[in-house]
Amino acid sequence: MTLASALTPLPVLIPVLGAALTMFVGRHPRLQRTISLTALTAVVAVCGMLIYLTDRRGTIAVHVGGWGQTVPGLGPLGITLVVDRLSALMMVVSSIVLLAVVFYAIGQGIRDGDERQPVSIFLPTYLVLSAGVCGAFLAGDLFNLFVGFEVLLTASFVLLTIGASVDRVRAGIAYVMVSMVSSLIFLLAIALIYAATGTLNLAELALRLGSVAPGTRSALFAVLLVAFGIKAAVFPLSTWLPDSYPTAPAPVTAVFAGLLTKVGVYAIIRAHSLLFPGGGLDNVLLVAALLTMLVGILGAIAQNDIKRLLSFTLVSHIGFMVFGVALATRPGMTGAIYYVAHHIIVQTTLFLVAGLIERQAGASTLRRLGGLAAASPLLALLFLLPALNLGGIPPFSGFLGKVALLQAGAQEGSVLAWVLVGGAVTTSLLTLYAVARVYSKAFWRPRADAPEGALSSAGPSVLLDDADDDVSFLERDDVGRMPLGMLAPTMALIGVALTLTVLAGTIFSYADRAAGEVLDRDRYVTAVLGESR
Amino acid sequence: MTTPMLSLVLIGVLTSCGVYLLLERSLTRMLLGLLLIGNAVNLLILTVGGPSGNPPLFGRTSAARTITADPLAQGMVLTAIVIAMGVAAFVLALAYRSYRLTTVEEVADDPEDTRVSRQTEDEIEEDVVHPEPPLDTEEPAALDALPVHSRKAQEQR
Repeated sequence: MTLASALTPLPVLIPVLGAALTMFVGRHPRLQRTISLTALTAVVAVCGMLIYLTDRRGTIAVHVGGWGQTVPGLGPLGITLVVDRLSALMMVVSSIVLLAVVFYAIGQGIRDGDERQPVSIFLPTYLVLSAGVCGAFLAGDLFNLFVGFEVLLTASFVLLTIGASVDRVRAGIAYVMVSMVSSLIFLLAIALIYAATGTLNLAELALRLGSVAPGTRSALFAVLLVAFGIKAAVFPLSTWLPDSYPTAPAPVTAVFAGLLTKVGVYAIIRAHSLLFPGGGLDNVLLVAALLTMLVGILGAIAQNDIKRLLSFTLVSHIGFMVFGVALATRPGMTGAIYYVAHHIIVQTTLFLVAGLIERQAGASTLRRLGGLAAASPLLALLFLLPALNLGGIPPFSGFLGKVALLQAGAQEGSVLAWVLVGGAVTTSLLTLYAVARVYSKAFWRPRADAPEGALSSAGPSVLLDDADDDVSFLERDDVGRMPLGMLAPTMALIGVALTLTVLAGTIFSYADRAAGEVLDRDRYVTAVLGESR
Repeated sequence: MTTPMLSLVLIGVLTSCGVYLLLERSLTRMLLGLLLIGNAVNLLILTVGGPSGNPPLFGRTSAARTITADPLAQGMVLTAIVIAMGVAAFVLALAYRSYRLTTVEEVADDPEDTRVSRQTEDEIEEDVVHPEPPLDTEEPAALDALPVHSRKAQEQR
């Protein structure tokens, strides 16, 4: 057993064991925190080693339990875990985000009332969510991808409805129903693909789907795309997201916004390039990407609540990634991969900052906020950097990712690609408008000018309680300064986003190699099935 | 491979009933709809797994059949059933909680959505910032500011 194959299952194993341990020590919050932080730090380290190993030595395929024998006509018998450059990058970025957000959540909890209202279920569920995310990225067959999705979804149901207040139950019901429908459609796709090919292993499927009739292939791809489209929030299937995310506690929304939709995007990339290359639905995807971008950002402009506004920008920017994937060229895929990494980090940071705003100012709606730049210049800077990054201002990573995608679109050169390029530019301008509107209202305008500026929530919201009882802003409890435990992870994520700019050359060449690997299916198939297939 | 007609018809009926129930607003009906569709998909997996045969255990035969049933399909269905059961329990808990909180168990509209869609011109206008002239003199604010502003200024103090 080599080092690589020993490391591969760890990103799933460590969080699951951590979840079990934290359940046992539910009455000792300190021990729970230590275990969670240790587990997630270990996952970051393992993912770091995996990305180095895959980049140096190529794709790692592990047959769990040694069930590696490949029966002719059946494919590998056991469960296969595969790490290639794409999944390694996704896991590294995700694990960094997961670690930063758990820091933030712990910092918030220590400062704002975990002592009064201990939530023993939060950290175990969070660790299960981490395991699900990593499991989905590692899955080498469709059914384990389904299981990974289910694990992360079930954990997310609990996190979204934690405390079970009126708002959260309402949002949770919609979220659970939509997620269940998407899972059933995914399961339906699995059944149909199994009927058509007799296997579910991704590598074996890549070989066998070639001999399926083109019409059937397109139909199978379409069913899969609907399932993944709901999870990734691609336009006609995206309306659930802005309804359900904003009511959850700030760290939960941040990690959902960063990771859950991106797992869907990852699944779309895999299905598009490994299973159904030239699947014939590229134009459909391009139109969906265009509508996702435009409808999402127009929705964002209409919002007053910062968290809802950010949820709409999240939907909108999924369109950029789908655009890159649907171009089906190497530059397009490179841009999409870089953009996914950038977007996971920047969107999480923005939601964390929104949490800080809500804590300091007692509101997240623009009808109440104002005067924050004078009250806390640091908070203004913390919001401004990721906001400009999201809007695509040079030299931030958002600008680099968008330029890469625009270049890829121009290189492809079809009429639809040019329309998409125009749509992408419009969307980034409108994104800038949306975040500038937040900045000018919440930060520059005096609070007295806000229509409901005199009102605010009673105190900082904690995990269980979403603090929706209004008091006069002057009578609000003094929340003090921003706690270091919440500031440090936010700043760290901003730092990571800046690293994406500073090391843009290295990361782009890595993304390019990853894109080459994703588009060249033979390497994946050889790594899983061996040379003698 | 011949596919049994009966199970296909059954799958169709289950799915259509499930979709019909899912389009309701009552939570229990939606849950029943989800369960029906789930069962339909499970049945589909079993059907596509091939004809029935010997149990997929080494050296076990049943009723002198010559082929072995597909173990993978059975494994997948088992996993799917377990997942569906867990989520169904969670949905029931949510429905009960929703009933306790609001005394209806229906899916409610998003209030913020409704508010945004009903946003009138006035409200949008109210949101627009009218820049105030800076008060840089020592004069009392009441003299050069509108009454509204002076009231707000007092609130600020």
